[in-house]
Order: sequence, then structure tokens, then C-alpha cells
Amino acid sequence: MHYNFHWRPVLQALPQMLAGCVVTVEIAALATAIGIAAGVALALGRTSANRTAAGLALAWIEFGRNTPGLFQIYLAYFGLGSFGLHLSSFAALTAGIAFNNASYLAETFRGGLRAIPATQARAARSLGMSGPQAFRLIVLPQLFRIVYYPITNQMTLSVLMTALGLTVGLDTDLAGVTQQLNVLTYRTFEYFSVAALLYYLIAKAMMLVSRLLARRLFRY
Amino acid sequence: MIEIADVHKSFGHLEVLKGVSMTVERGEVVSVIGGSGSGKSTLLMCINGLEPIDAGRILVDGVDVHASGTNLNHLRRKIGIVFQQWNAFPHLTVLENVMLAPRKVLGRSRAEAEAIATDRLDHVGLKDKLSVYPSRLSGGQQQRMAIARALAMSPDYMLFDEVTSALDPQLVGEVLDTLRMLSSEGMTMVVVTHEIHFARDVSDRVAFFHQGRIHEIGPPDQVIGNPGRPETIQFLKSVR
Repeated sequence: MHYNFHWRPVLQALPQMLAGCVVTVEIAALATAIGIAAGVALALGRTSANRTAAGLALAWIEFGRNTPGLFQIYLAYFGLGSFGLHLSSFAALTAGIAFNNASYLAETFRGGLRAIPATQARAARSLGMSGPQAFRLIVLPQLFRIVYYPITNQMTLSVLMTALGLTVGLDTDLAGVTQQLNVLTYRTFEYFSVAALLYYLIAKAMMLVSRLLARRLFRY
Repeated sequence: MIEIADVHKSFGHLEVLKGVSMTVERGEVVSVIGGSGSGKSTLLMCINGLEPIDAGRILVDGVDVHASGTNLNHLRRKIGIVFQQWNAFPHLTVLENVMLAPRKVLGRSRAEAEAIATDRLDHVGLKDKLSVYPSRLSGGQQQRMAIARALAMSPDYMLFDEVTSALDPQLVGEVLDTLRMLSSEGMTMVVVTHEIHFARDVSDRVAFFHQGRIHEIGPPDQVIGNPGRPETIQFLKSVR
């Protein structure tokens, strides 16, 4: 083995890579937020008495969970493009990850909903609350606690999934920036090992923040 | 006034109410006794529309609970109900549990709702527990909180569904005392209970339920003290 490590260029490129980290976190956060909202809707759709809604939700969940995330991103970028709907790399990647997140989170939420006794909603209704009020004020906050850690897990997966942005030409996130530097210098090992470390730190930081947040949020 | 006329209700093939009729006047306390599965609790759920009925009619102050045009959310404001499992909202403090419906359903301001809630919680002896989460309360305290939560809506009627059945024996007394207090204040109450002595003490009338029917209804001294039907005698024997 006669490989001479050159770390200096990596250190010089660090500001660029950190800027990439910001984009990575942005995409992951956005995809998680959209995924949560869509996931709640899917969980409700899946359990609704409306057969069309239940069927559509089931189709989304089945497709999202049982096909490669990469394909879902491809479909958002190239697939929609063939119908004349051109998304930017950023938007397509975010949409793909959000789509994937939503299908996994939907099942998490569905399980969480079953863990909340039906008597809770019943007690709320007996106080004169409407169905949507009972859901929003009584069921949702309890659901949020049950699914909180699974959500943080999903968010970590989202961070790692953003690296697939490379395949749809995204060059502003951490993976994209790293790849740009790599093709200019061929210092593949140095750049990608540092990038891997940065991904690791982002994931860890997110976990830490979510734990601290949980302490503030869940006092009961 | 609550008027219940020939109410039928089935769960699947099981008919739990087989033509129940009774009335509850304003200011009256009516206890409903009878074996498990006799349909007592189901009747309460039907009175505030939590369960639909198959036939018959229930009127509350002249409003048909099960008519299609009836706004149940509106009607339930004047019918408080407390369940066997107290159903505290675990994510809210005691004060928040009681404040929630006055704020969100009645549209009271935070200050008004807080005043009402504090008053009701004081009334049931929980004034020192306002900022505590329900998980830190005993069963009896949680049940009293549930009573305060229903009272915070200033209901005209209170329905109690076996409110002491899930409590440890030593906690039953504090909840029954709360019910006694409410009845002495003139609250109109329908109390489904297994506490025969309590029913005898507090009720204006007692209804004995058996297999989905009211077999006997009348003053406690009559129904409990001197029952006329063999089913009633048999039941009272079994619980004594």
C-alpha cells in the first residue's frame, strides 16, 4: 500500500462542505416535516371508512415501503419530467424522501393511534368537543409522544437518504459538494471519509437535540 | 327533564336494551342498579348520544337526542358524564384537564376558564393539585378530577357510570362523598352503581335493571327496602 494521504485540501474545502451540511439538514428537515403531515393524513386515510381514501392511502404506503427510495426520487425527478412537470434537483429529492417518509410514518402513526384508548376520544366528545377537536386536542398530542422517537429515527434515515441527491444532479448538499471536490482532485478517500464523519455528526446532533427537546415537551 | 321511551339497542345480535322507559325530573337523583351486562351503562351512553339507539326515543329538555338534526356537541354541554375508567387526559395537568372544554367548547377566555376550573377543583377537594399531571394522582383523585371536569361545563344533568367500580376500596368513600355533595346541591343525577347502600341513601328513586329491562323503579325504601319482584330480591341478596 503506497497511498499518500493529503488532508490539507480537505481542510481547505471544509467551509464548502459545511455549507453543504446546511443544505443537507434543510432537505432532511423539510422532508421530515412534509412526511409527518402526509403520514398523519395517510394513517387517517388508511383507517377511514371511505374506501377510495383507504385504497389510495394503502397504495401509497405499499409503494413507498416496498420499492427502493432511489426509484421514488428518480420518479419525482425524471418521471414527472416526462409529464412536463419539471422539479429542481432540490425539490425532487425533497419530494422523494418526503414520499418515502410519509409511507413509513403512516404505519407508525397507525400503530400509535391504536395505542390510545378509544375512551380518550369518547371522554372528549362527552365534554361537547367535535370529532376534529377531540382529535386535535386529545388524540394528536398523545400520538405525538408515542411516535416521537420513531420520528427522530426516520429523520436520521432522511439525512442519510439525502446523499441520493447525487443521482439527480444535486450539487449543493454535502454529498453533492463532496463529489464535486472529488472529481476535481480524485482525493476520494479523504473527501468521502470526512463527509461520512460529517453525516455521522449531523445524525448524532439531531438525536441529541431531539432528546433535549423531548425533556421539555413531555413532562407527563 | 330526561324522558326515555321504549328504547331498544343491540350490539350485533345481542340486544342490550329491550324497551326501556323512564323519566328523570329536574333536581332528581335516580340510581340504576342491576347485574353486570344488564344494559345500565349502555343506557347512559344513549342518553348523551355517545351510542346510537335502534328504536324508541330519548328527550332531554324536549330535544330528541337521536333525531338527525340534533346538534349533539351542543346538547352534551348540558349533560356531564363521568366514566368508570376516569379517562383523565394524561398530557394535560389537572387544571388544564378541567379548563380545556370551557375554553375550546364554550369559548371562555383563559382567565375565565381558569377561574371556573379552579372553583370546581376546589369543590371536589383538589385545589392543591392544580399543576400536577394525572399520573401522579390516586384513582380516587383522578375520578374527582373527572367529576370537576364535567362540572366545569355547568351541566344541568350529570350521568355517573359506575364511578367507583375501578377504585380501590379505601378510595370509594371520597368519590361517593363528592356525589353526595352534588345531590345535596340539587344536581339532577343518574347514577349507575353497585353501591347499594349509597343508592339507598342518596336516591329519590331507584331503578332495577335486569336483562335489558327495568324490572322495578320507585323510592329506594320500596325497591331496595321492600322489593316486589323475585329478580330484584335475588339481585339484592347476591350483592349483600
